[in-house]
Amino acid sequence: MDTFLWVVFPYICLAVFVVGHYWRWTYDKFGWTTRSSQLYENRLLRWGSPLFHFGMLGVIGGHVIGLIIPKSWTEAVGVSQELYHFLAVSLGGVAGLATVVGLAILVYRRRTVGPVFMATTRMDKTMYALLAAVILLGLWNTVASSIFGHYDYREGVSPWFRSIFTLQPDASLIADAPIGFRLHALLAFALFALWPFTRLVHVFSAPIGYLTRPYIVYRSRDEAREGSRAPQRGWEKAGRP
Amino acid sequence: MRPMAQMAMVMNLDKCIGCHTCSVTCKQAWTNRSGMEYVWFNNVETRPGLGYPRTYEDQDTWQGGWVRKGNGRLTLRSGGRWKKLATIFSNPKLPGIEDYYEPWTYDYETLLNSPATQTFPVATPKSLITGKDINIRWSANWDDDLGGSLEHATRDPMLKGIEDKVKFEFEQTFMFYLPRICEHCLNPSCAASCPSGAIYKRSEDGIVLVDQDKCRGWRMCVSGCPYKKIYFNHRTGKAEKCTFCYPRIEVGIPTVCSETCVGRLRYLGLVLYDADRVLEAASVENDHDLYEAQRSILLDPDDPEVRREAERAGIPADWIEAARRSPVHKLINTYKVALPLHPEYRTMPMVWYIPPLSPVVDVIKDTGHDAEDRHNLFAAIDTLRIPVEYLANLFTAGDTAPVDSVLRKLAAMRSYMRDINLGRDPDDSIPESVGMDGESLYEMFRLLALAKYDERYVIPTAHVEQAHALEELATECALDYDGGPGMMGESGPFGEGSGELTPVAVENFQMLKQRQTADSMSGARSAESGGEDSGRGRLRGRLNLLNWDGKGSPTGLFPKRSPEEDE
Ligand code: SF4
Ligand code: SF4
Repeated sequence: MDTFLWVVFPYICLAVFVVGHYWRWTYDKFGWTTRSSQLYENRLLRWGSPLFHFGMLGVIGGHVIGLIIPKSWTEAVGVSQELYHFLAVSLGGVAGLATVVGLAILVYRRRTVGPVFMATTRMDKTMYALLAAVILLGLWNTVASSIFGHYDYREGVSPWFRSIFTLQPDASLIADAPIGFRLHALLAFALFALWPFTRLVHVFSAPIGYLTRPYIVYRSRDEAREGSRAPQRGWEKAGRP
Repeated sequence: MRPMAQMAMVMNLDKCIGCHTCSVTCKQAWTNRSGMEYVWFNNVETRPGLGYPRTYEDQDTWQGGWVRKGNGRLTLRSGGRWKKLATIFSNPKLPGIEDYYEPWTYDYETLLNSPATQTFPVATPKSLITGKDINIRWSANWDDDLGGSLEHATRDPMLKGIEDKVKFEFEQTFMFYLPRICEHCLNPSCAASCPSGAIYKRSEDGIVLVDQDKCRGWRMCVSGCPYKKIYFNHRTGKAEKCTFCYPRIEVGIPTVCSETCVGRLRYLGLVLYDADRVLEAASVENDHDLYEAQRSILLDPDDPEVRREAERAGIPADWIEAARRSPVHKLINTYKVALPLHPEYRTMPMVWYIPPLSPVVDVIKDTGHDAEDRHNLFAAIDTLRIPVEYLANLFTAGDTAPVDSVLRKLAAMRSYMRDINLGRDPDDSIPESVGMDGESLYEMFRLLALAKYDERYVIPTAHVEQAHALEELATECALDYDGGPGMMGESGPFGEGSGELTPVAVENFQMLKQRQTADSMSGARSAESGGEDSGRGRLRGRLNLLNWDGKGSPTGLFPKRSPEEDE
């Protein structure tokens, strides 16, 4: 059972993540968008969206440090266990709180603003539920681990996570982590599997190239269109009465 | 010098009657889809008025277009690249649906299913955004014909500086219509605002397009365009804009809005411009110099040097030839009567306007004077400062001198042509007074007043080598069916309407062209030969009623008579 949960399941999810994105990129570039609903409503979005997204950037940054960089490395550069823990809880807490508050505003907005709710697909709802669960569990772990008892995830969860990517998966590393951590990890992998089929794909379009490209883009017609092609999604057939 | 070709348009505002035909046909062709209900690639505004979306010209609020920085360089008014990325999660300058209007339809069910009642049943308006009942408060042309202007029009951003002088009492005001499409700018700020680089300018003909596969819905272009001519499709989450009807232009057919214009006021043609000097021209210091700067980067296709360079830049010979015949080039640079809309946004817009003389003419007429007399007209242009200042705010960043000069030319044309029409000797002092000669004034009259179809539209086709790749022609099967299994007047193998679609534009083109270029109404004979000409029409035995002008009985209108009856 442990092997399935902590070895097989993550690999399945990662495979779906990679293949799913490839498939989506090949067949559905047209659907690859943020599907912004700002046009309908801006008062709540103006607060909720930046809070959530910037919080999320902080959270992701924190995870990269916490999961990828081994404990021995940070200690080698002189960051003590206490200092690290303090930074992780305080900065992580702030980012996590911003994310949760932003998410709460956004979910409230989705539910109560008529047009926004109408534009919400079933996939969106599933994704929102999963994302919220992962985020809340994560925040709970941060809070709980600093109030009750002490679990150093950098001794358990992080090595396990790395072991997946070094292709030497070791389920025993995470098996005795507190339930909150284990659930967080499981649901996060489930989210990875769902990712390519949701609007989350827009994460991979973060337009970094904008900073360096020339302002005006010129393109030749030949390059723009080769031959006739099947009607694109998004162009509805003109209906006959 | 680096010549590039640009498809451009000129609209002659004196002829616009505000019928909105262009808007409706464009909508039918391009934006009659869900998610685009509120979108008008072409809209017609009554000026003075708020426009669509409301007060879009107020760049202090909307922050569209470019500004010149202290060091002489251009930057996007809403901030540079870093600022754009920092505000990507919530664009602070995005117009909301309420700034356009909430689209609606009517619940016609209630009319059809109504039992007999004392009073008429009413179809209630339903929002196309929420599906709920709505109270209609605004639309894309709510202040049409100055409707409600006493209340709203003072908020027109272009009245700045003259607001206390413009009267909105019906008898004292002036009014004209301003049809607007995307300007297909030489220095498009929409493209510059797009974080994904999805908006591009076609290097062949300068048409600005959004790559739907690359757009990620960041919405920066919507706020970046000072004309607010990029729209967010809220169903697909992608930006869409006027395409200059490129599938039609590529095969040499005018855009839908031009083709269907009742007043025949739109001109289409190529201009050649010097791509190396665009930025320099867009960055001149004084706003008042922008019109001249923009005009000066357009190259003269009659200059052999220009032609040589253009050829070297890979512009095909027939395109250069088309640029020489281009009505747009003539109106902008030869007669100098077309002005750009809001050059102060520094995007170098490529839809130009001939400002209307009608506010001036109307005043003279109302006072009972001769509105075709040159002296009256010139005097009126000099005294009627308010309309002139208003026009200058629209077309020359507030500089009245170019507007004056255009209006004088139009006035001169008016009185010069009256003499000719009345059979008097033309008075050559009239063209001289506006710095023209009689011949060119007459040529200008031909182009503006007679406006023949093939003089209005000079559109070189995309190259034949590529013709098969073009969407409009790619449906060859339409021909393959002729005489095939689908005879007996049916259009496809499985009966009426089956099989591939016929490219309507192509089908209509030949017939329309014939009709529009003919000097008389097409009678029975010409309609018939029109049918013969387009083999497809004849073989199918069908008639496109849209092309029939009510004269004669073209083939296919009535079922074939039996031979005896024909005797
Ligand atoms: S008018 Fe057209 S080309 Fe110019 S900035 Fe706006 S959308 Fe872009
Ligand atoms: S050029 Fe075509 S797409 Fe653009 S406004 Fe005219 S009809 Fe619409």
